[in-house]
Amino acid sequence: MVKIGIPRALFYYYYYPLWRAFFNSLGLEVILSPQTNKAILDDGIKTTLSEACLPVKVFFGHAMAVAEQVDYLFVPRITRVEPKAYICPKFMGLPDMLRARLQNLPVLIDTVVDAGREGDSIQCWEDCFQEVGSIFTRDKQLVDSSIKAALQAQGQFKKRLNEGMLLPQALEDIDVAEVAAALQPHLTLKIGLIGHPYNLYDPYISMNLIKKLYTLGVSVVTPESLTDNEIEDKSNKLPKRLFWTLGKRMIGSALNFYQNRRLDGLIYLTSFGCGPEALVEEMVARWAKQRDDLPLMMLTIDEHTGEAGMLTRLEAFTEMIKRRHKV
Amino acid sequence: MKITYPHMGHLYIVIRALLTNLGLDVVLPPATSRRTVELGVRHSPEFACFPFKLNMGNYLEAKEMGADTILMAGGVGPCRFGYYAQVQQQILKDLGIEMEMVVLEPPDVSFREVKDKIRYLIGDLSWWQVIKATRFAWCKARAIDTVEEKLLYLRPRVIEPHKLERYFREALQEIDTADNRRAVQQVVRSFLKKSEMMPQHSREPLRVGLVGEIFTVLEPFANYDLEKRLGLLGVDVTRSIWLSAWINEHLLGGLLRIRHECVHDKRLAAPYLNSFVGGHGKETVGCTVGFAQRDYDGVIQLAPLTCMPEIVAHSVFPAISKDYEIPLLTFYLDELSGEAGIQTRLEAFIDLIAAYSRNKEGVL
Repeated sequence: MVKIGIPRALFYYYYYPLWRAFFNSLGLEVILSPQTNKAILDDGIKTTLSEACLPVKVFFGHAMAVAEQVDYLFVPRITRVEPKAYICPKFMGLPDMLRARLQNLPVLIDTVVDAGREGDSIQCWEDCFQEVGSIFTRDKQLVDSSIKAALQAQGQFKKRLNEGMLLPQALEDIDVAEVAAALQPHLTLKIGLIGHPYNLYDPYISMNLIKKLYTLGVSVVTPESLTDNEIEDKSNKLPKRLFWTLGKRMIGSALNFYQNRRLDGLIYLTSFGCGPEALVEEMVARWAKQRDDLPLMMLTIDEHTGEAGMLTRLEAFTEMIKRRHKV
Repeated sequence: MKITYPHMGHLYIVIRALLTNLGLDVVLPPATSRRTVELGVRHSPEFACFPFKLNMGNYLEAKEMGADTILMAGGVGPCRFGYYAQVQQQILKDLGIEMEMVVLEPPDVSFREVKDKIRYLIGDLSWWQVIKATRFAWCKARAIDTVEEKLLYLRPRVIEPHKLERYFREALQEIDTADNRRAVQQVVRSFLKKSEMMPQHSREPLRVGLVGEIFTVLEPFANYDLEKRLGLLGVDVTRSIWLSAWINEHLLGGLLRIRHECVHDKRLAAPYLNSFVGGHGKETVGCTVGFAQRDYDGVIQLAPLTCMPEIVAHSVFPAISKDYEIPLLTFYLDELSGEAGIQTRLEAFIDLIAAYSRNKEGVL
C-alpha cells in the first residue's frame, strides 16, 4: 500500500481529519510522525536556520522522523485558506525550505492551497485535492467521493471543537484523559488561552501547559471553542483588516475573551521568532492594559525554555488572580 | 499641517521634492542616529523588525520638531510592513502623542482610497500639479540612483575613496536643494565627470552582489554602512534593489522601463523558491541566482532580525550555494549589532572569496 507521511506539526492541528479522511478514502495509508520528543526537536534545530521560528524547527524534525517510512510526504504549500489573508511567509515557502535543507526526502506533495482573492476555505482544499488525487488515480469519481468524505470529516471535527471539546480530543488519536480533566467544572479558576494550536497542544513544546494549569486548579477556554464567525466578527473591528489568517484568530479570540465575563485571566502563549505575532501580541497586550479587570500574561517559548521557570510564572499568575478575588 | 515621514536611505530627498512641490510643509526628522534607535526601541514591540523600531524613533524625533502628521505606506501582506502603521498609531496614542497618520495603501487594493487620501493632503491643488511634482521627484530618484551606482562602482577602484565619498555627499546635497530638473541633471553630470577623472588602481576588484530586504539594503544606518565597508575593502558591490526601480514597480505600477542588472532576476528564483513569500523573499533568491550565473565572487544578504520572507530565502541558500559553488553570507541586523563584529565577518568573508576565486581560476 502506498504510504503518505504527515508531519505532526503546524497545520496538522488544523486539518488532520481532512487530510486523513481524503487519503484513506483514496485507499492510501497515512503515517503520522510520533509525538514531539527531544530527538525530533534536536533534529529540527540542527537542520533549520537558528533564525527560523520554533514551530518550523519542530516541523522539520517531524518531517525527518516520518520521511524514511513513507513513499510520499504531504507538505501542501498553504498560501491562503480564505480570500485576502495569508498564513505566513514561512508556510508559503515550507516545501522549498525542506528541499533545500534535507537530503533523501521521499517525494514531496507540495500542491498549492490558495483561496486567491475570490475563493473560499472549502474550495481551496477541493482544488488542492483534485490535483493531489490525480497523482494517485485516474478515477475522477473516487477523487470526488474522497473529497466529500474529507470535508465531512473536517466538518465533524469543527463541530466537536465548537461543542467545547479540546483539540487533541477532537483529533481523536491522542491520549486525552489528562486534557479532558482540565475541562472539569469544579475547578476554581477559568483562564482563556490564546495561542496557535501547534504550540498549545503539542505537550512537549508547551511543556504540558494545559495539564500544569489543571494541577493548579485552573480550567481553560481555548480559541478553538469559538466559532469562525465569532472570531471574524471581532477581528473585523480592527482599524485595518489583518492579512494573516492565524493572527486574525489570535486577535479575534482575545477580543472575544475580553467580553467573556466568566474568565479570570488570559494567558497568551507565543513562540520566539514568530513574525506576525510580534505585532499581534503587541496589540492584544495594549488593549489588555486599557482595562483593569482581566489580567494577561504573555509566555514566550523557544527551544531552550526551562520547565521550572514556566511553572513559577504560572503559579505566580494564578496566585495573583486568587488574591485579586479576595480583595 | 506639518507633515513628516520615516527615513529609508536617500528616499527623504525624493519625498521632500514631491511634498514641497505639492505645497506641503515638510518636517524632516533628523538623520537616523543612535538616539533614534534608543527612542524607537523603547516604545516598540521587542520582536518587531528593525525598520519598525527606526520608524518609531523617526516619528518621535519629528514630533519634537513640531510635526503633526505622518505619511506612511501600507501593504497587504504577508510581510509585516503592511501592518506597521496601525500598530505604530496605537503606540503613539498610548504615549499620549497626537499625530495624525495618513497611510497610503497600495493603489491596486483601492484606487479610490488612495485618491481620496492624496486629495486630503493636497487640498485643492490640480491633478496636473500632482503629476508635475511626481515627475520632478522621479527625476531626483533617478539622479540619486545614477550617482550612487557610480559611487559603488568607483569606490573600490579609486585611490582616494574618501574624496569620492565627499563628492558623493556634496552631489546628494545639491540634488536635494536643486529646484528644477535641469539643475538636477547638471549635478549628476558634474559628479560623473569629476569622479571618473579620479586616479584609479589597476587591479580588478572582487565582485559581490548585495541582496535582501529593501530597508536594510537602502538604509546605511541600518546596515552599518556595509556598502562603504565593502568598498573600502576593495570590493565592487552590485546592489539588487534600487530606489527608483522600487518606486517604479510599486508606486507607478511598472509604468516606466528601468534597466538595472537584476531587473529580471526574480524569474530565476524557481526551482529554489517556487512561490511568492511576501516582502523581497523571491527577489532575494532570484537575484542571488542571477549573481551566481553572472559569475560574481560572492553574495551578501541583508535582513532585519526575524524578517520572515528573508528567513525563507536564507533557508534555501544551501542549495544555491552548492549548485553554483558560490559563497553566500547573511547578516541579520537589529539594534544590537556590533560594528566590530560586522567588520570582522566581512573581512573573513572577503578573504575567503578571494582565495576561492583564485582557486577557481587555477591561480595559486
